[in-house]
Amino acid sequence: MGRVVLVTGVARQLAGRFVRRILSDPAVERVIGVDAVAPAHPLDGAEFLKADIRHPAIARVLAETGVDTVVHMDVNGTPLGSRGGRTAVKETNVIGTMQLLGACQKAPRVQRLVVKSSTSFYGSAPRDPAVFGEDTPPKSLPSGGFAKDVVEVEGYIRGFARRRPDVAVCVLRFANVLGPCADSPLAEYFSLPVLPTVLGYDPRLQFVHEEDALAALLIAASEPRRGTLNSGTFNIAGDGVLLLSQTARRLGRPTLPLLLPTVTWAGAALRAVGVSDFSPEQIRLLTHGRVVRTTQMRETLGFDPQYTTAETFAEFARSRGPGLLPPDCLARTVDRLADALCARPAQ
Amino acid sequence: MADAKVIPFGEEPRARRTARRPVNGTAVPLTPVPEARTGGPSRPAQPAARGGRSLDDRLAGGLRFLRRRLTGEYEVDDFGYDEELTDQVLMSLLRPLAEKYFRVDVRGVENIPADGGALVVANHSGTLPLDGLMLQAAVHEHHPADRHLRLLAADLVFVLPVVSALARKAGHTLACAEDAQRLLERGEIVGVMPEGFKGIGKPFADRYKLQRFGRGGFVSTALRAGAPIVPCSIVGAEEIYPMIGNARTLARVLGLPYFPLTPTFPWLGPVGALPLPTKWTIQFGEPIATDGYPPEAADDPMLMFNLTDQVRETIQHTLYKLLVQRRSVFF
Repeated sequence: MGRVVLVTGVARQLAGRFVRRILSDPAVERVIGVDAVAPAHPLDGAEFLKADIRHPAIARVLAETGVDTVVHMDVNGTPLGSRGGRTAVKETNVIGTMQLLGACQKAPRVQRLVVKSSTSFYGSAPRDPAVFGEDTPPKSLPSGGFAKDVVEVEGYIRGFARRRPDVAVCVLRFANVLGPCADSPLAEYFSLPVLPTVLGYDPRLQFVHEEDALAALLIAASEPRRGTLNSGTFNIAGDGVLLLSQTARRLGRPTLPLLLPTVTWAGAALRAVGVSDFSPEQIRLLTHGRVVRTTQMRETLGFDPQYTTAETFAEFARSRGPGLLPPDCLARTVDRLADALCARPAQ
Repeated sequence: MADAKVIPFGEEPRARRTARRPVNGTAVPLTPVPEARTGGPSRPAQPAARGGRSLDDRLAGGLRFLRRRLTGEYEVDDFGYDEELTDQVLMSLLRPLAEKYFRVDVRGVENIPADGGALVVANHSGTLPLDGLMLQAAVHEHHPADRHLRLLAADLVFVLPVVSALARKAGHTLACAEDAQRLLERGEIVGVMPEGFKGIGKPFADRYKLQRFGRGGFVSTALRAGAPIVPCSIVGAEEIYPMIGNARTLARVLGLPYFPLTPTFPWLGPVGALPLPTKWTIQFGEPIATDGYPPEAADDPMLMFNLTDQVRETIQHTLYKLLVQRRSVFF
């Protein structure tokens, strides 16, 4: 008898790819994708159920299909397409998680719960330690936005884990997911021709490749391998760190340093015309940055990411095409200058 | 010997090393091993290379540096420490200040171990944290094993724009147990000034009187990491901005821990903000080993207080000794 896996939020790219990936697992018999809107991408052999996780109907889905693994990927920072604004996203994140957990509690066959969380949990503040571990409590609790959703969602999940100790609960806190088809706010930001930055700050950023994100989710959703444990909370991020100034140079996009209040206004203006999501939280990330420790991911979860932060970013930069100041062009200019200067005294 | 000169990424640090060698050589009797390694090969090679070639090399090195910076092809560590930028730019800015302006006399730098983690604990003074920067420059320029000091800074540093970006690139991080322990476990030398704002913002009348050493958190961090504690006494920093008053209301309005009033600042404007050119001495003391204690010792408050007092007394006594030896504040 194979496993039955339920995946929420399959209308998103990453969840859709996860569904296709887990279908090829021989131990999996059935995959059920759930979302409030039909996905634009194919789900191959998976069944799609149009259901809103904010409604109690989800409990019936769980009971009728005999699901044993729930992969909750419907925790997102931004709305998908034109599916309402921030309020709807927050409701899906928080109320949706509550309903889903309630349904899981009533479903005795559920054995495993995997939640896609985010390192937004830690916030970004100057008074926090430079590197967050899984057990670092955020010093300044986020006052709103996606970070607050994540903190609340994880709070409910801890409660669920206490009430159902027989269910293996795995929370994966992903760093910024980037890759050739990333559609996150940060990916949108890096697609701007000129990158507005906050004057006087150079945040440290960490990325995780889409492929690595999927691989980590797969490890968490299957039986633990020998010597590893896949329940608990894990930070998932590529090795190494890139500074925002470095990413801009590697992308070949000029930066426009602005004073902090100006950035807030510019963000509001950009958001109004729908160019990019520039939430206050995003601005905080681009001011103070965030880096997490990944020792637990390696030693306990037994997962080694294939891409480092720099490689993830290089892959992303290739997919976006050169900017206004392509780095190899600059390098050639400097080389030519070097040749000219070194040739002169030889004459 | 000639081969030793053409290591591609070494030209600039080596060039400046010979430039400062006389200062170093007269002040600190170095052990023969590092002398033979760093000073030996570059010293005879340098006169021959003087003139066009060395300039060319430096130019080529500078252009390579520019190329890496422009294309973003350089590495920073998890804390944002940009070793290349620190070595080639930030330290070249600090060097004249350390060597020409404050004429820092560095003693006992060999007390910092050549490898593995260590916690350098120093006194803090001078209204602006120039003593931290000079301490960093002292370790960077004078340590025989080319070690780098990673300073722990107050949270105010990371709130301020520009300062926060530069501090991270220079390898500083927030003074908290998590960061300090992580750095020590990675085998870095961590510098801490446990007096904090109480030390740096004390009135001129209290100069060279050590303040309370926080709650001794640095001792338990060192114990957990098993890293030795190197006490360090800095003389000369107290007099750079003699703080005769503190505009408390203004400080509160600006969100600063204190607002200094010196004989020249703020009365003379930006000119008054120039530090006085005092003569500095930085003395590193004998390391205090912490690896002989059992793991639970880090949670023993009595031991913490004893070790904190031991470090504090060592620094205070060294300060008095150096002050007695000092001929004048400025020479």
